[in-house]
Amino acid sequence: MSALLKRREFLLFLAILLLILLVRARFPSFGSPANLAAIFNDSAILIILALGQMAVILTRCVDLSVAANLALTGMATAMLNAALPGIPVGLLLLFAAGMGMALGAFNGILVWKLALPSIVVTLGTMTIYRGSIFLLSGGAWVNAHQMSPAFKAFPREVVLGLPVLSWIAIAVIAVFVLLIGRTGLGRAFHAVGGDEHAAVYTGISVGRTRFWAFTINGGLAGVCGYLWVSRYAVAYTEVAQGFELDVIAACVIGGISIAGGMGTVAGALLGAFFLGAIKNALPVAGISPFWQMAISGAAILLAVAFNARAERRKGRIILKSAQSAAPVIRSSGAAS
Amino acid sequence: MAAEPLVAASAADAPFSVSARPVLSLRGIVKSFPGVKALQGVELDLYPGQVTALIGENGAGKSTLVKLLTGVYQPDAGEIRIEGRAARFPTAAAAAAEGVTAIHQETVLFDELSVAENIFLGHAPLNRFGLIDWPRMRREAREILARIGAALDPNAALKDLGIASKHLVAIARALSVEARVVIMDEPTAALSHKEIGELYELVERLKAQGKAILFISHKFDEIFRIADRYAVFRDGGMVGAGLMSEIDERRLVEMMVGRAMDSIFPVRTPQIGEEILSVSGYSHPTEFADVSFTLRRGEILGFYGLVGAGRSELMQALFGISRPSAGICRIAGEERSPRSPAEAVEAGLVYAPEDRGLQGAVRALPIFQNLTLPSLGRLSRAGLLRKAEEFALTRHYAERLDLRAASLDQPLGLLSGGNQQKVVIGKWLATQPKIIILDEPTKGVDVGSKAAVHEFMAELAAEGLAVIMVSSEIPEILGMSDRVIVMREGRMVGEYPRAGLTPEILVRAAAGIGVGIGAGGDS
Repeated sequence: MSALLKRREFLLFLAILLLILLVRARFPSFGSPANLAAIFNDSAILIILALGQMAVILTRCVDLSVAANLALTGMATAMLNAALPGIPVGLLLLFAAGMGMALGAFNGILVWKLALPSIVVTLGTMTIYRGSIFLLSGGAWVNAHQMSPAFKAFPREVVLGLPVLSWIAIAVIAVFVLLIGRTGLGRAFHAVGGDEHAAVYTGISVGRTRFWAFTINGGLAGVCGYLWVSRYAVAYTEVAQGFELDVIAACVIGGISIAGGMGTVAGALLGAFFLGAIKNALPVAGISPFWQMAISGAAILLAVAFNARAERRKGRIILKSAQSAAPVIRSSGAAS
Repeated sequence: MAAEPLVAASAADAPFSVSARPVLSLRGIVKSFPGVKALQGVELDLYPGQVTALIGENGAGKSTLVKLLTGVYQPDAGEIRIEGRAARFPTAAAAAAEGVTAIHQETVLFDELSVAENIFLGHAPLNRFGLIDWPRMRREAREILARIGAALDPNAALKDLGIASKHLVAIARALSVEARVVIMDEPTAALSHKEIGELYELVERLKAQGKAILFISHKFDEIFRIADRYAVFRDGGMVGAGLMSEIDERRLVEMMVGRAMDSIFPVRTPQIGEEILSVSGYSHPTEFADVSFTLRRGEILGFYGLVGAGRSELMQALFGISRPSAGICRIAGEERSPRSPAEAVEAGLVYAPEDRGLQGAVRALPIFQNLTLPSLGRLSRAGLLRKAEEFALTRHYAERLDLRAASLDQPLGLLSGGNQQKVVIGKWLATQPKIIILDEPTKGVDVGSKAAVHEFMAELAAEGLAVIMVSSEIPEILGMSDRVIVMREGRMVGEYPRAGLTPEILVRAAAGIGVGIGAGGDS
């Protein structure tokens, strides 16, 4: 039990539970299964992006361009649909994924081949991608009436009691559980972020690993681009402006270490769901959006403080007898 | 800060006197960390003008003792006496005020500051306005540097200095407080042969100035060369102390490991098989030139040389980390010069690098994930890893290497150096290589683990693996190799069969023939 309590995923789960119970105490409709499903559906895009971002952060990088990628791909997909309504949604989804991957791969190439710091690269591409939306659309909106009915209906279609949007998020979660936990690439993400030099000496290409993290993340951003514009039935230049910060916040709250190499799928998922739950709960409780921002911010700081504690160096094992007996011996924190 | 000139302390002062009163004494020192007794009942005396060697396996409590003496930790019980009276070191500054100063294993210096600033950081001389008195600081820095015989400019930026010079700055820093006791924690670990010689001279000077020196080292030859007394630690307690003149290496080792060791190196009857690696004309624009050699199955080929002779750089090129500018590498008859580590691993050549902490392993990852990292392809089915097989593989090598760990799920960083090294070696063996390159495999590893690594190396060779061992320790080179190649300044300067090889030959080859090298590692 104490081991379970030390897992931050479990603590985060408890925090979400507490939040729901607190709001539910006054507003009984909150936290019902249907309501939880709605929160999950509202958080679906954030969850998908948080998982993609997690892959990038695990390799000790960060992708600031996800929201711009999402908006650009969303705009392109919406314009394609408006121009050629006959293209089936499946193909559009593939187009969005492919375009997003290409934009992500561009980040990856710059980080890999030019060995530039990812924060600078993606700050640049974020601005480029955002600007390209304007170039592409001329500043015009793609409105609901220009989109085909199938285009708008797809994410909302209910299959087995849940909207397709939720199912897509579930599918991405499932893929990530396997990708991160059970593939060589997932292990490479951890190794590269954990110790770059050691990864090189183990035969892992650091650049290529990061390239794939960015590409996967870009592909997910592309898919989310379609999901976003179709769900809200509108595409314009400022779609998802600043959303990359929500995504990174979800990762940080979920315990993905910004220093790389540490983090779990469950953490990213719960981090995103936690932010989603706050966003849903506060309006129900009649709290202003500005308080929402303050509370989200406080949650991030708390999470970072918690991470810093968890990452603090553990003491060395000194005595022979202790080496085989106790797994972790904490020396006093004074070790300098 | 009376910079006492060197000449003042002449032999006439006869600092070497057995009956001298200890300047620093420890009585019944106990230090516990939650759940662990790191030191129990330590008694230690340090005498002025004498070098006391502190010997013990890694983890015996030597570092804890240093931290107690420098005010980083406080003892739970026991007494520290300075010249007979009880003293307390609640802070590092208090220890310095009592004249106890340390030169640490990893020197803590600041690259962007000047030599003088580094020496006086934290206790710079002030003028009457309370500002740093720069002229005085430079002057005093120059005096201290002169006292230790270091020809360094106090105004030079530290980042422009080499490792050995940085070390001298660290020593100067230690002496910038009026030191009575100087602690040196493995001071020669990062130095080359010549620099080590200079350090020995420096130790002699400090002795002549009447300082009590506590010298921590793993190297027996150097202990026998410079120490007057010894103190042996084992498992947090002192197991023996006395005069160096009354002890031999064998008894010291026995005390350290707590068991008799017949021979430090395993006895082998090498079964040399067919040629597996042939390197010809390997060159690099800046690091090495025209290296040619062959390696056979079942053979251990030693690479000896001074630090910086280009041995590690050559191995990194063979492993595909850097590219040679010329030369051919044949593995099992096939011409393949690896262009990346992945290609080298695929060709059956693996490399356990010198700097375990930085290059060998991912410390945050669990043991089993470190061990299987290069073998993931083999452990996957339909692209998915099979955890059970990962654990089975790890358990196999953990047992073979006698790995000491609470569980295979433990982060690697929690293991001792020797056990981390076992995981790094195990990880490469799991790829079933034909050739394994071990770069300084026992550097910074305690005696017990050292023997285990040597034993294991012998077993590998006996199983037909071809082993290249890069080592700067002559006993290890002589004890393990079937054949030895010596490198100097990026070139091969000699190749010798084990039979008839002596330390003198190696030292002379490594330093350049004709250069009088004096007493090196031959004691």
